[in-house]
Amino acid sequence: MLNPTPKGVQISEASFCALWCKSIGKRSMKPPLEQLIQNRILVLDGAMGTMIQRYSLSENDFRGDRFVNHPCLLKGNNDLLCLTRPDIIETIHRQYLEAGSDIIETNTFSGTTIAQADYQLESIVYELNVEAARIAKKAVDDFTKQNPDKPRYVAGAIGPTNKTASLSPDVNNPGYRAITFDELVMAYKQQAKGLMDGGADALLVETIFDTLNAKAALFAIETLYEEEGRSLPIMVSGTITDASGRTLSGQTTEAFMISLSHVPLLSIGLNCALGAKQLRPYLQVMDENTEFFVSAYPNAGLPNAFGHYDQTPEQMAAEIEEYLKDGIVNIIGGCCGSTPDHIRAIAHVAQRYQPRKRKTEHVA
Amino acid sequence: MLPKLKLSGLEAVTITEASNFVNIGERTNVTGSARFLKLIKEDKYEEALEVALDQVRGGAQVIDVNMDEGMLDAKAAMVKFLNLMAAEPEIAKIPVMIDSSKWEVIEAGLKCLQGKGIVNSISLKSGEEDFIRQAKLVKRYGAAVVVMAFDEQGQADTYERRIRICERAYHILVRDVRFNPADIIFDPNIFPVATGIEEHRNYALDFFKATAWIRKNLPHAHVSGGVSNVSFSFRGNQKVREAMHAAFLYHGIQHGMDMGIVNPTMLEVYDEIEPELLKRVEDVLLNRRDDATERLLEYAESVKGSVKKKETDEAWRNGTVEERLTHALVKGIIDFIDLDTEEARQKYGRPLHVIEGPLMAGMNVVGDLFGAGKMFLPQVVKSARVMKKSVAYLTPFLEEERRNNNTQKNHQAAKILLATVKGDVHDIGKNIVGVVLACNNYDVIDLGVMVPAEKIIEAAKREKVDVIGLSGLITPSLDEMVHVAKELEREQLNIPLLIGGATTSRLHTAVKIDPAYSGAVVHVLDASRSVPVASELISKETSKQITTRVKGEYAVLRKEHESKQTAKSFISIGEARKNAGSVTQRVQPKQVGRFDFLNFPLETLRAYIDWTPFFQTWMLAGRYPGILQDAVVGTEAKKLFDDANRFLDDIIKHKKLTANGVVSILPAKKVQDDVKVYQNHVESTFHFLRQQNKKVQGQPNFCLADFIAEENDYVGMFAVTAGMGLEELVAQYKTQHDDYAEIMVKALADRLAEAFAECLHEKVRKEIWGYATDEKLSNEELIEEKYKGIRPAPGYPACPDHTEKALLFELLQAEKIGIHLTESFAMYPAAAVSGFYFANPESRYFGLGKIDKDQVEDYAKRKGWTIAETEKWLSPNLGYQH
Repeated sequence: MLNPTPKGVQISEASFCALWCKSIGKRSMKPPLEQLIQNRILVLDGAMGTMIQRYSLSENDFRGDRFVNHPCLLKGNNDLLCLTRPDIIETIHRQYLEAGSDIIETNTFSGTTIAQADYQLESIVYELNVEAARIAKKAVDDFTKQNPDKPRYVAGAIGPTNKTASLSPDVNNPGYRAITFDELVMAYKQQAKGLMDGGADALLVETIFDTLNAKAALFAIETLYEEEGRSLPIMVSGTITDASGRTLSGQTTEAFMISLSHVPLLSIGLNCALGAKQLRPYLQVMDENTEFFVSAYPNAGLPNAFGHYDQTPEQMAAEIEEYLKDGIVNIIGGCCGSTPDHIRAIAHVAQRYQPRKRKTEHVA
Repeated sequence: MLPKLKLSGLEAVTITEASNFVNIGERTNVTGSARFLKLIKEDKYEEALEVALDQVRGGAQVIDVNMDEGMLDAKAAMVKFLNLMAAEPEIAKIPVMIDSSKWEVIEAGLKCLQGKGIVNSISLKSGEEDFIRQAKLVKRYGAAVVVMAFDEQGQADTYERRIRICERAYHILVRDVRFNPADIIFDPNIFPVATGIEEHRNYALDFFKATAWIRKNLPHAHVSGGVSNVSFSFRGNQKVREAMHAAFLYHGIQHGMDMGIVNPTMLEVYDEIEPELLKRVEDVLLNRRDDATERLLEYAESVKGSVKKKETDEAWRNGTVEERLTHALVKGIIDFIDLDTEEARQKYGRPLHVIEGPLMAGMNVVGDLFGAGKMFLPQVVKSARVMKKSVAYLTPFLEEERRNNNTQKNHQAAKILLATVKGDVHDIGKNIVGVVLACNNYDVIDLGVMVPAEKIIEAAKREKVDVIGLSGLITPSLDEMVHVAKELEREQLNIPLLIGGATTSRLHTAVKIDPAYSGAVVHVLDASRSVPVASELISKETSKQITTRVKGEYAVLRKEHESKQTAKSFISIGEARKNAGSVTQRVQPKQVGRFDFLNFPLETLRAYIDWTPFFQTWMLAGRYPGILQDAVVGTEAKKLFDDANRFLDDIIKHKKLTANGVVSILPAKKVQDDVKVYQNHVESTFHFLRQQNKKVQGQPNFCLADFIAEENDYVGMFAVTAGMGLEELVAQYKTQHDDYAEIMVKALADRLAEAFAECLHEKVRKEIWGYATDEKLSNEELIEEKYKGIRPAPGYPACPDHTEKALLFELLQAEKIGIHLTESFAMYPAAAVSGFYFANPESRYFGLGKIDKDQVEDYAKRKGWTIAETEKWLSPNLGYQH
């Protein structure tokens, strides 16, 4: 792991960047994420799906030339657009960077053999992740070059897959499991390798419904790092499904955190399912109980009767400002229903506040 | 913040100085619990889960699971049990300790835990390399670890070896593996004391001293141990063992032991140990006297076998006659009822005063307890039995009084008429409603089963009833209920109508029955709901209100239903057929033709009973066998289950019921959605229906015909009953006013018929068709439908058309074994099951769901019916307005 300055030395961002660039020469132009996050609140991007929907793409767009004869329907396989309509994905990345995102997520939410099996596209998974990371990296590099004082980063997004390792899909057979830990490890490892090879700056295990899936992802990532002899910062983000305050697999926020804290994470946080306001009590639990940095990217409010999100950028930013006032987050962004306008409003608010101070545990 | 041991199941557990001591539940351990081992060996995982639940409820903060036994596939058992535990939130809330001496079992277990658990254990037994490899993996899986004081030389049994091994392991873990020191738990070995062997005298004391050293010298690490080991010499003497455990823990905790594997439900409180016993125990533990062992043995001898005797509590017999009657009613005790009734009759002077006075008061107590969920249906039915017996005792006196006075006192109670509609023979539910209503002081007129509309109306007029309740179980009964409602409307009777029974629903009542009748129509979900609804309908103050309210609710439901209807999207039947499944492999039967099973041994069937629906019949919620230990209904479920088994013993011993069955396997082929069957060179056709909803890629639109090949295939058929003789049995209980026994034998006959279907299907798979000769499934697995091939029944989700039974019965010659069909195609006796066998590997259960008009038209053509007829028989499956 890159670690150019001794831990705990605090220097201003601008001077740090200047120092960093000088010391490293032309090889790279940006400081590692672990450093930057100590100095300011970092802004993630917003929803990818919401933006893709705006294009009203057809089956043919999803197929491109390459998959014209693919045996099943591909419409709705958003990740595939990295290969068949990379222009659209790059445009969306650029819109978020334009709006002020420090970190953008690759378009790989379903980029595992497990999720791609729905489309009979298990064979392209590695390539898909490499390409997704490359597209994001290209956009990020351009923006970093234009403004080296605001370096940008790519987080390789690792979704939950569509199967759960600790829940049975069959109510009459509670001991049954549709997927095993080993199968998940294999699938996640392949995805993580693709993202790493494509140039991601960090890996983000996100929208965690079932903590056992996430444990398998972390197991895969740590095994991969060991084999590769190099590593990237790891971020995790869970999903509290409703007002019960628990994950889909039944864990409380605190139990969720304990279950994943055996890995040295860059950040732990929550995303999706709830709006900023509803997410707040669980974020407070995180703030109080973790030695890692804390992230949050809520939905743009709760969906209306038609499943649409009507929270305006200003409303969402106002709700998020409450987190910032209390200093409980380090990374902030948006999930379902959020757009570049939402991120712009959030970034605008975020620059006025100090980041959350990390609580450190003393290890003997 | 100091590093703390943090664990999680569904909830978080943080172990701090303030936690004092963490109880690790030990009963889910095959090496320590004979009962648990037996349950796992016999594959009774549901009951095994109850053991886990007991531990949680008993106060375990972590649960230890161990499957290390020679005859068990420990890895498979560990995975299965952990996965099942994960599905029980009350158990899953606490962290798991995976306990095994085999690394592969530990690793398999770690792959099942979403929370942060504990591995028990790893050690330096096979050297540092193995130890480091395993520790690294434990860390990567995200668990804490128990390290046993064990090295290449063996298990540490002295103070010195204990601390040296723990120190060495600690440094390897913290320095080389970078293990969080708070996640390390040492087990410095608890060995048995008072064994009579000289070297064992210091075992406990050395453990305590090593514990203190570890806590002082190995920062943040914890100390645990398997406590019950210490009292191994006193097996069978629970009193001494519990005292030893409590005293050992007391001293262990004093020395810094902060976790322990114990049975939390069996732990004596240190302060409550008899002083003499405590003294002798501590002499042993702390090695305070040379004769400590002998003195404890002496004491143990003296307390052996001093178990308290249970006395049957007959104190209630000393109460007043009113108190005794109430007690007998609430407890369902029939033994003294005639005696007490007579005493009350003499006291109250007139028999009617006894009924309206103490008996009614007692039944009100029963009704209140039932309403408050403090009594359950089987108890209420027993109460009713006591009530009926008392009334039967009084009846001759009532009649005599009437003759003498020649006056007929007006009956005060409201009258409710109950009937199972024409074409249907199922009446268990209706009888239960009758009992519950009778318990609540309603006069119930039960017209029985297969009651035509005109008979219902005639009785309603003659008896001037206040409410009519209609019941039915099979789908054609729904139409019959609509017919009754229309007839009531024609007669302008305006009597409120209650609708109940398994196929009825609020929606069907709202959409079909309610619009046909201007009087009140209310669907009641179960027996307990029938009482408040009936009372609201009858009371003059509320009847108008409830009628308006329910009519309003149903209008809304109808509207919602209509708007949903238009949103349904179907594919055409042509498209659905293009997306049909097909047979890839035909399974040749070993034997073809018709096979009778007359007078089938009931004892054999008993083992195939699926008990869960039996408890549902009695309105006790929960799955068998877990329900027997349920916190709320467990006691009553257990009583009911014991009663059921007594009835079964009697039925089997005295051959009170006869089970007959018939199986037929015939050549068949698929023609589109039909199956042609050949018997004696005569062709007949079964008509099936196809799913028409839009499917995701790769999912066929199922139709049973698809499970038969287009050439040279076979289809099986069966019909079974266990209800021969039931009618006589029921008649006998009726004369004894014993509703409990009546409902009981009907419910048991139903279960036996289902068990027969299960048993015969197995016979077909293993012997007759013979494609699963090496099948070995437990009853639980059979209930879970783990077998290959299916046995769908006409009238059920895969083939909802009941009329297909006509051909089925004809081909089976089912009348020969004593099963008949009513005009609505219900089977009589009601305790009967019939259906098809499909053996090809593609066969699977599915639900037809809603179908569109094009398929209805096509089906009408195939069946030779009019559209209206077709819509009548298929009404629950129509996906459009008609």
